[in-house]
Amino acid sequence: MQTVQNHTGAESAGVNAAVNVEEIMQQVAEHKGCGTSGGSGKASCGSGAGENDLPPEIWEKVKNHPCYSEEAHHHYARMHVAVAPACNIQCNYCNRKYDCANESRPGVVSEKLSPEQAAKKVLAVASTIPQMTVLGIAGPGDPLANPEKTFKTFELIAKTAPDIKLCVSTNGLALPDHVEQLSKYNIDHVTITINMIDPEVGAKIYPWIYYKKKRYTGVEAAKILTDRQLQGLEMLTERGILSKINSVMIPGVNDHHLVEVNKAVKSRGAFLHNIMPLISAPEHGTVFGLTGQRGPTAQELKALQDSCEGEMNMMRHCRQCRADAVGLLGEDRSAEFTTDKIMEMEVNYDLDARKAYQAAVENERQAVVAAKQEELQTLAGAHSDIKMLIAVATKGGGKVNEHFGHATEFQIYELSTSGAKFVGHRRVDLYCQGGYGEEDALGTVIRAINDCHAVFVAKIGGCPKNDLKTAGIDPVDQYAGQFIEQSAIAYFREYLDKVTAGEIEHVVKGDAEIRQGALIAA
Amino acid sequence: MAYTIVEENCTGCCACEPECPNQAISEASNGLFVIDPAKCTECIGHHDEPQCVAVCPIDLTCIIDDNYPRYEAA
Repeated sequence: MQTVQNHTGAESAGVNAAVNVEEIMQQVAEHKGCGTSGGSGKASCGSGAGENDLPPEIWEKVKNHPCYSEEAHHHYARMHVAVAPACNIQCNYCNRKYDCANESRPGVVSEKLSPEQAAKKVLAVASTIPQMTVLGIAGPGDPLANPEKTFKTFELIAKTAPDIKLCVSTNGLALPDHVEQLSKYNIDHVTITINMIDPEVGAKIYPWIYYKKKRYTGVEAAKILTDRQLQGLEMLTERGILSKINSVMIPGVNDHHLVEVNKAVKSRGAFLHNIMPLISAPEHGTVFGLTGQRGPTAQELKALQDSCEGEMNMMRHCRQCRADAVGLLGEDRSAEFTTDKIMEMEVNYDLDARKAYQAAVENERQAVVAAKQEELQTLAGAHSDIKMLIAVATKGGGKVNEHFGHATEFQIYELSTSGAKFVGHRRVDLYCQGGYGEEDALGTVIRAINDCHAVFVAKIGGCPKNDLKTAGIDPVDQYAGQFIEQSAIAYFREYLDKVTAGEIEHVVKGDAEIRQGALIAA
Repeated sequence: MAYTIVEENCTGCCACEPECPNQAISEASNGLFVIDPAKCTECIGHHDEPQCVAVCPIDLTCIIDDNYPRYEAA
């Protein structure tokens, strides 16, 4: 439990960070990411970077952070507290009037909290969910446009739950003014949303910013914003604070430009780049939603992520969570922790119990990695250009353990002779409602995973099985309860053997639909 | 005149409260924000434009209230 020890002593961790800054940043710079084209033989990289792919100091910082490590997101949970409602910029993909308990996307929140309420909530959640290791403040609004509330919350939590990692997600406009304070509060991860470095592009995304007591619009506003964002990123890098960059992919506006953004943030020391699809359903009432600006397809998103991957680490497991999300990524439990319920809860924050639970999680996690490594040996020496995607129904723990009809999302893995690489997830509406299959729901599931050759499930009914086969997707239930990557590699090996033997012919699958802001089904 | 906040448009985001140079803005019991017309100076003498208007993320939320005469700097 190295990480817990690191963070129980905020001061010592701070000193460590200061001493190792140069070394760490040099290692970040040297770690180019392995990509898919390098032929390095590594199974995965980017957000999937594991213990052996990263410098130990960085691995130590990210290994239990579900938003920074793809591997960790199967095992560790995070929560967001909505204490920062004010914002200093306006984005065309955001609608501040919108609130919905059933909608999962950034900015949406059911209730705003005071810092004191937030601290209580963190304790309540951490007592209930021992694998909750990270607390983030991600709006709605900008945490650094609400510095008093944000830092008050951090101060209270550092006192009461010292083992929890703290992080913020910001638009970056106010970032340079607060880097010192972030460093003081031992915040070792910051996410900055950077959608452009060209103000002409920015003017199409941001109608205005509020800066130094004045509202700026158009290209002038975007110029100030990009300058402040990049300056803030450089300041974080100088202090050894890890930075993740979020970018919203807006087809026709910044899709090609994001390759330039990727280079710019990489050269300034950003650790991870998370390119997310635009969410712009008309009913969300955003400017882009109302003007009919479309979001990218699954293939467009993956192509852009792949093209940036040679440059740096790419994140693929982002769920575009609510600003008050609680629990594992993709499994929102915020409804269990409303203020009313928290006030009634008996809170027993037991640090030792949390440590013990996390030690068990760590064992489970090591087993996943070991199983994958072992299976990977069986592909050694195999050469084939065949790549295919599979969808996996999982409840977490890195296992194939969800019923097809109960899955609200599928995790997507790309299989090749270098192994099974996580490339994303697809939200779907619940296919099975009370045990009865619904024709329409199955159609949406198929559209969401139409680019996959197979879907791995713990169990599946006869009807959907046949329909999936008709759609050219192989329903696979033989790996129920087993580790995802190990199973995927075994499946791929058999698939290659059949292709070689001429039993089946490999066909390239089509594109898939990204479902926008789908319901989080309980 | 003083500025006022149109309740239907206010999201309670609190962006305006810390920006007001006169502490004229406060949170009401419903979580939304209100301007005390007696304290509002339309930011005359402080800033080029009223700060509540400049920072409010929703158009036509902070508007002039015609019931009050125009403020004149002393």
